[in-house]
Formats: sequence, C-alpha cells, structure tokens
Amino acid sequence: MESFKMLFLELKELFFELKDVFILCFIDDNRWEWLVEGFVNSILITVLAIVIGLFFGIVLAAIRSSYDKNEESLKLRGGAGYILLKILNGVAKVYITVIRGIPVVVQLMIWYFVILVTQDNDIVVAVVAFGFNSAAYVAEIFRGGIMSIDNGQFEAGRSLGFNYVQTMIYIVIPQTIKATLPTLLNEIIALLKETSVAGYVGIMDLTKAGDLIRGRTFEAFMPLIAVAIIYLITVVVLTKVFSIIERRLRKSER
Amino acid sequence: MSDNALIKVTNLKKHYNGGKVKALDGVDCEIEKGEVVVVIGPSGSGKSTFLRSLNLLEIPTDGQIVFNGADITAPKTNINKHRQKMGMVFQHFNLFPNMTILGNMTCAPVKILKKSKKEAEEKALELLDRVGLKDRANAYPSQLSGGQKQRVAIVRALCMEPEVMLFDEPTSALDPEMVGEVLEVMKNLASQGMTMVVVTHEMGFAKEVGSRVIFFDEGVIQEEGTPEEIFQNPKSERLKSFLSKVLI
Repeated sequence: MESFKMLFLELKELFFELKDVFILCFIDDNRWEWLVEGFVNSILITVLAIVIGLFFGIVLAAIRSSYDKNEESLKLRGGAGYILLKILNGVAKVYITVIRGIPVVVQLMIWYFVILVTQDNDIVVAVVAFGFNSAAYVAEIFRGGIMSIDNGQFEAGRSLGFNYVQTMIYIVIPQTIKATLPTLLNEIIALLKETSVAGYVGIMDLTKAGDLIRGRTFEAFMPLIAVAIIYLITVVVLTKVFSIIERRLRKSER
Repeated sequence: MSDNALIKVTNLKKHYNGGKVKALDGVDCEIEKGEVVVVIGPSGSGKSTFLRSLNLLEIPTDGQIVFNGADITAPKTNINKHRQKMGMVFQHFNLFPNMTILGNMTCAPVKILKKSKKEAEEKALELLDRVGLKDRANAYPSQLSGGQKQRVAIVRALCMEPEVMLFDEPTSALDPEMVGEVLEVMKNLASQGMTMVVVTHEMGFAKEVGSRVIFFDEGVIQEEGTPEEIFQNPKSERLKSFLSKVLI
C-alpha cells in the first residue's frame, strides 16, 4: 500500500515537471507560434517547390523520352528537328547529372549566397532551390514511367491518327501518372523532409523553429519530439491521401 | 499502273545497323481498292515490317509509298492525316487499358475528327453491335477475353472510317478457340468491300477470303498470285518448302 502511494506521488511529480517544461517550451512567450510559423513555411516551400518540380520535370522528361523514343526515325528523316532535340536532350542530361550530383543543402547555399544574393525573400530562394532540385528527380521518374508504357500503346495511338504530342497527352501520360504515383509520393515525402535544411540559410522552417525553442529554453526533448511528431503526422496524412487517389485511379481497370 | 491502285509501293527498303540487316530489300507492290491481300511467309521474312511500313510505323530506309495519290514517304507529308485513313489491328490488340471499350472507340473520332461525343458513341455502339459486343460497351479491356479484345480493336479502327485496314498477325496471340470469332469479323469486313492487307499464318483464311496472296522471304516478295496459284501451283522452291511445313 505504501509503495503504491509512493509511485503515485512520483508520477504526479513527473507529470507536473513535464507540464512545467511544456509551458516553458510552448506557452511562454507564445513559442508555439514559432512552430506554427515554421510548419507553414515548410509546407509553403514544399508545395511551391513541387509545383516547379512537376512542371519543369515534365518538360525535361518530355525532351528526354521524345529523344529516346524517336532517335532512330528522326535520324532517318533528318532536318532541324533532330538537331534541336539532340541539343535539348544533351542539356537536359547535363542538368540532371549536375543536380543529382550535388547535395541539396549545397545547392541551397549556392542559390542563397551566390545566384540570388539580391533576393530579399528567403522563402523564394528556398522554393527555387528545392524546386529545381526536385525537377531533376521528377524528370527521371516520369521518363521511367513513359518508357515503361508498352510501345504498342504508343503505336495504337499513332495508327489512329494522333500526332506525337496528342498520343502523349491522351494516351501515354494518363497511364504514366497512374504508374508513377507511388514513386512520385516518395519524391514529395523526401522533398518535405529535405526542406528541413532550410535553416542553414536562416529560413524559419519547422526544424529551425524547434531548434530555436531548444536554444532559448535549454530544453531539447520536448521541442524536438514535437517537431518529429509534426513531420510524422504530415507524412502519414500525405500517404493516406495518395493511397485514396491511387485506389480511385485503379478502380477504372478492375 | 492501274488507276485503281490505293497503295503503290516502289522499291521499299528497310535496313538496320547501317545495312547489315535487311528487313526489306526492295519491295514493289500495288494494292487496289477492294482487294484482300494476304501476306504470308516465314518469321523474319519482313512481312510485318512491310505492313508496318505502309503507315510509317516503320520509317523506310529507301523507296516510295503512294497512298491515295500522295507520296507519304516524302519528308513534308503530314502522316497523321493519312494514318486516319489506314486502320491498323495489332497482334497484341493494344487497347487502352485506362479507357472503357466505348472510350477506346470514341477518343480518336472525338479528338481528331471533332465529332460530337454523342455522334461518336452512336457509331461505336452500332459497330459493337455488329461484332456482338454491344453489351460490353462500358467494360474495361481487362474484363474481356482475347477474342473480344481483338474484335474491339478492329471496330476501334473502323470508327475512323478508314479506306484500308492493315492486320498484323491478328490471331497469333489468341487461344485457338478464339481465332474463329476474329476471322469471322474479318470475313464480314471483306465481304463489305473493305480493302485489307493481312499478315497472317491462317492459311485457311488466305485461301477462303484472300483475293491475292503475297509470299515474303528474305525481305522481298518471292511470289504472288491468287490463292489457287499460290496454294495449288507454287512455282518457287522456297514457297514449296514453306507450304510443306505449314498446316493448311
């Protein structure tokens, strides 16, 4: 009986201790607002970077796969189209190689301290850095997706009279999106977590916010766990949303 | 050259690896309106390459193809316009798996010919009815048997109202008991006067439906004639040995 009472008192003490730390970390000085601001910035950077990454990535993938698919026939038919596509394909290849070969945090610092040094809005710099980084990965995901679609689909489209671009838009791309969705989700999750290095150039993202609280309160456990849980929940929600989309798309085939 | 020729092929060549492999090595051929030309030959003889060259799915290395009076091998030709008039049926059907049967059949007429959706669907349903698949209009390709898929592929091509139909081994990927239903559709099509070029191993079909049989070997036409001439009185040794090996 006595020992139970002791345990109860100890737990009670621990609870109040945690409560004090919680208040210190999140309530005092309204520090929770930092986390909110950081979270909003992280999401903002991720979403805008994905928009850039998807758009630019699709352009790169279109160039790369058009070249891969049509190299032979274009060579036979010759002309300016072949030379132009060959040059564009070369540029795209170099771009993808360079981007994938450099750590994103180094790219971010190059954008911040060298290329966009006059840009005052730090978020814009981060969006550009992460967006153009992501584009290289998205490009390869889409290219793989396009190349994985059976060439018969492509030929069927062409034989009906669709031109190359129409065949891509109406027949190949819709099937590609379905095939690449899981890989694309992977890239989005990776991007969301990669934005945690934005603090390197002083951007107040979620990670930086947690770190600021740690520095101000000398409490490491509470703010870092809070940051970790917020990332985790976001990724779980993203995954759920994607699996719903995937199931909707797949329904058409069953 | 007769004025009736719908397709005129002159000295068609298709070489790979800088001329080391000669899939087609100088093919001359005329196809007239209403003809059913059956192309036979051993595998690797170039018969599929020949068929795929007719609508430029294979770009010839050399030679000329005139379709409807237009040289479609000329670099400036808009091949898409001509392909609309050449329906093609593939060995592996190549239906679009993400669209319903009706979607497969109406996408090209709606997007290319700018038909209204209603008009395109009416036409598609009428064609489906003719091949006995009207009740499957809203199914997806994965829900159909091989024979059904190929019948859909045929009517999908017909939706564009082509002047010639190209068949690339349409029954080779089918289970034996499904071959008949596809050949039946093709026979009907032939009896309606459709110009057809058929690459096939179905010698029975060639005999019964073909108005002319072309025998390919080593990238050239070795022999051609009516089904009687080819099957009863083969002249070249190659054709004789080929026919002795296939079941008729």
